[in-house]
Amino acid sequence: MSDENLLTALGEIVQEATGIPAARVTPAASFVDDLDIDSLSMVEIATMAEDRFHVSIPDAELAKLKTVGDVLEFLAKAGVPA
Amino acid sequence: MIRATEISRHSRILGLGEYRPARVVTNDDLAQTLDTNDEWIRQRTGIASRRIAGEGDSVVAMATAAATKALADSGVDPSRVGQVVVATCSMTTSVPGASAQVAHALGATAAGAYDVNAACAGFCYALAAASDAIRTGHSEYVVVAAAERLSDLVDWNDRSSAILFADGAGAAVVGASSTPGIGPLVCGSDGSAASMIEMTEARRLRLDGPAVFRWATTQMGDAARKVCDAAGIEPSDLAAVVPHQANLRIVNSIAKQLGATNAVVADDVSETGNTSAASVPLALARLRREGKVATGDLALTLAFGAGLTWAGSVIAIP
Repeated sequence: MSDENLLTALGEIVQEATGIPAARVTPAASFVDDLDIDSLSMVEIATMAEDRFHVSIPDAELAKLKTVGDVLEFLAKAGVPA
Repeated sequence: MIRATEISRHSRILGLGEYRPARVVTNDDLAQTLDTNDEWIRQRTGIASRRIAGEGDSVVAMATAAATKALADSGVDPSRVGQVVVATCSMTTSVPGASAQVAHALGATAAGAYDVNAACAGFCYALAAASDAIRTGHSEYVVVAAAERLSDLVDWNDRSSAILFADGAGAAVVGASSTPGIGPLVCGSDGSAASMIEMTEARRLRLDGPAVFRWATTQMGDAARKVCDAAGIEPSDLAAVVPHQANLRIVNSIAKQLGATNAVVADDVSETGNTSAASVPLALARLRREGKVATGDLALTLAFGAGLTWAGSVIAIP
């Protein structure tokens, strides 16, 4: 999966979890400040990402993921093919 | 040799009762003293307002009020009640428990009595114990009341818990039935996550909201399906899905995962808040009062919370 495809997949997850258009899910976007996503929706996004990418995103790690780019970086480090 | 107990009959809920304290506390009321607002609370919890106990609304008084209504609904005379079970985790005086006082107040002079503390899951455990007491022939009727006065345990300066918890009581009268009216109990626990929802040394409730949300939304959908499997029914057979009213987003997530296409999903939390053990019987009573379910309809109950502990069963609406 290319970076772009990973971003597309993450955008789909965010849209399904929150209704926010996938097009707004860009690497620089902050979940809280730019997308207005609350902590519970972040949990939903994390659990959906876990299922889709076959990774584990513990609560302690999730709390550190502030931007879409942070998640992409986390997924890459977790071994999700980029 | 101890005499063998023959299980020769079934059980069902014969009547329901609810008690809601008069005082309504809105999100705007909370926003006057907490860093929060109506939209913030609604978005995260679905809660618009909650009921908070008045001076006379002790756990015993609220349980008694709900149980009195359930007895009237069922037409059962208190003198024929064999057991009174009270599910609660908010008795500030843990000794004595609530149940004997409730039995006394009801005039259930022949009843045994005990309390159940399984936090939010208490009603479902107590209902199963009541069902067994009927099926084994121990009791002719059992009163199950769940009552919580969580406002005594809330840190009113803690935004994460003060917006959630509230007060109230619900009750059911259980008796014999020619057909099964209470399905097998499905239950479980996970003490490794005991600190997820706990009472602090200062006797205040504290919870890790996102962790609870993740647990409930990833585990309780499967639990709901197991409850249906144990009862031998399909989710499409359900007329109502009644999860613990913890938070509307959790309620809707469980219902969506279960896929009970023909069922109404209980929403009592919006106007009641999270009343722990009382939430399932309060939600059941509301569904019936509002005409959203009819006698004989099947409803899935599933309650979960501190411990962690959970329990549920399929029941027939009285």
